[in-house]
Amino acid sequence: MERPLTKHIKPGSDAYNLEDYRQAGGYVSLRKALKNMEPGEVTNLVKASNLLGRGGAGFPTGIKWSLVPVEGDRSKPKYLICNADEMEPGTFKDRYLLEGNPHQLIEGMIISAYAIQAEKAYIFLRWAYKKAEAGLRKAIDEAYRAGYLGKNILGSDFNLDLYVHSSAGRYICGEETALLNSLEGKRAVPRTKPPFPAISGLFGRPTVVNNVETLSWISHLVENGADWFKGLSMTATGGTKLFGVSGKVKNPGIWELPLGITVRELLEEHAGGMTSGYKFRGALPGGASTDFLIEEHLDVKMDFSTVAAAGSRLGTGTMIILDDKTCPVAFIHNVEKFFALESCGWCTPCREGLPWVEKMLASIEEGTGKMEYIDLLNFNAKYFGPGNTFCAHAPGAAEPLQSGLKYFHDDFVKHIDEKKCPWR
Amino acid sequence: MLTEEEIKEITEEIKQYPYPSVACIDALKIIQHHRGWVSDESVKDIAQLLNISNEEVDSVATFYSRIYRKPVGRNVILICDSVSCMVMGYESLYEYISKKLGISFGCTTSDGRFTLLPISCLGDCDNAPAMMINYDHFNRLSIEMIDELLARYK
Repeated sequence: MERPLTKHIKPGSDAYNLEDYRQAGGYVSLRKALKNMEPGEVTNLVKASNLLGRGGAGFPTGIKWSLVPVEGDRSKPKYLICNADEMEPGTFKDRYLLEGNPHQLIEGMIISAYAIQAEKAYIFLRWAYKKAEAGLRKAIDEAYRAGYLGKNILGSDFNLDLYVHSSAGRYICGEETALLNSLEGKRAVPRTKPPFPAISGLFGRPTVVNNVETLSWISHLVENGADWFKGLSMTATGGTKLFGVSGKVKNPGIWELPLGITVRELLEEHAGGMTSGYKFRGALPGGASTDFLIEEHLDVKMDFSTVAAAGSRLGTGTMIILDDKTCPVAFIHNVEKFFALESCGWCTPCREGLPWVEKMLASIEEGTGKMEYIDLLNFNAKYFGPGNTFCAHAPGAAEPLQSGLKYFHDDFVKHIDEKKCPWR
Repeated sequence: MLTEEEIKEITEEIKQYPYPSVACIDALKIIQHHRGWVSDESVKDIAQLLNISNEEVDSVATFYSRIYRKPVGRNVILICDSVSCMVMGYESLYEYISKKLGISFGCTTSDGRFTLLPISCLGDCDNAPAMMINYDHFNRLSIEMIDELLARYK
C-alpha cells in the first residue's frame, strides 16, 4: 500500500531536511514542471486527477485554479495561500504533515504558484503550531538558498516569494475569505461571495487558498500523473487520505490510507478498537462540524460521496469517537459551545442562535431543560443551514446538533424527564 | 509611548505590505511580545503609527483570542477544552489546577505567576488531554504530572 504523503515522516524526530528530501527525489517535480510544462498544463493535470480539497469542503482543486484569470501583466500580483490554520476540534492531520515534511508542502506550493502564475505566497499558520513554524521557517530558508524560491527559480523566468504568517487565534480564520481579511490585518469576518477569491481575493487580487494536505499532493501528481493518483484510492475519488481517530480507543493516531476504507477498518484495525470497558456509540467522522455516524454506519466507506450518502461529511477525515461512558448531551454541548465561542458575530443566525443553542444544551445537561427545547434546538439547526449565513460556520455547527438530536433523542428526553444527567 | 525598538520592528513589518494598516496584527503581537499585553495607550500608539483610528485597532485587538487586552501573569496556562480532550478527561485536570492555584478560567494568581485560560483544540487529539504553558506543549496528561509541570514555571 502506497503512502506518498507520509512515507518519509518519522513522528517524534526532526522534520525531514532539504538534503534528505532531495535524496528521496524531492524538487525533481519542480524542475520538471518549470522546464517541461506550461502553467496551464499543470492545472490540467490537477484537473485530470480530480484532486478534491483536503481541508474539509472537498472542492475540486484544479477547478479552483482554473477560475484564476490568465494575465500576463506582472505588475498586477496574484497570490497563493496555504491554509494551515487547522483548528477544527478533533483534527490533527495538517500538523503531522507540517512538522514531518515541510519541503513537500513548499515544493507543492511553488508548483501550484507557477500554475496560477502567482509570485507571492503565504502560509497562514495556526499560532499554536510552534514546532511546525520553526520547521517551516528553516525549510523556507533552505529553499531560498538552494534557488527554489526567489528570483528566476531554477533558471526559469518564474519568481516566487513565500512568507509564513502566524495567526493570532480564532477558528474562523480557517474560513477562506475570513482568512483573507485576517492576512490584511483586519477582523477575520467572512466576505460575501461572489466575487470568489480566484477573481478578487487578497488585496482585491486573484487568490487561491488551498489546504496543507491538498498542496502536499502537487509534487507527487507532477511526478506520477493523474492515473497513478486515481489508482491509489479504492473508490472513484482519487488518492489516499490522512485519517485520524481520537477518543476512547486503544490506539488513537493518524494513518495515510486509501480513500474508501470503511469506518470499521479505521476504528478496529488501525485504532485498535475501543478501549476495554467502553462501547462505541457514534462518531463525528471528519471533525466537529460533521454529522454523527452510528453503529449502523460502520461499513460506510470513508470517501466524500459515500459519507455524504450516509448523511454526514468526510470533512477533514479525522474522527472523534463517542463512547457509552460519555454523555452524548455533554459531548454535543461541548461542540456547540466551541462554535458559539468561535462565531465571528458577523451574521445573525450564528451570532444569536449559537449561544441560544449552547444555553439550552447546558440547561438540559444540568437537568433544568424543558421538553420544548428539543424542538427549539431542531429549529435553530434548520436555520443555521446553508443559504442563511455568510459562511459555513453555523451550517457546520448544525451538523452534530441535528444528527445528535436524531440519534440520541432518548438520551435528551431522559435528561429532561429525570431532571439530571444519567451519566453523572 | 512606543519604544524605538518597537517602532523599528513594526516599521519592518509595514514594508512588506501594500499599505500600513495591514501590519495591525503584527504590531499588536510585537507590543504584546515586549509588554505582555496591549494597553489602551498602546492601541492609540499603534493607530497613530498605522494611520488608522483607535477604534479600528481595538476592533482587531479584541477579535483575536491570543491578543491580551488585560495584563496576564508571567506564565499563561492554556487547557484544551475541546471535545476530544473532554472525552479524555480535561475537566478533572482543570479542577485540579484550578484548586491548586486557587483561580478559575480567566483569572490570574495574586502573585502574578499564572493566568489560567481555556483554549480550543490544540491539534493533539490523539494524545489528549493536552495543554500549553506559554509556548510549550504537553499531552497525555494526568493529574499526577501537574505539580511537577507547574513547578518548572516561576
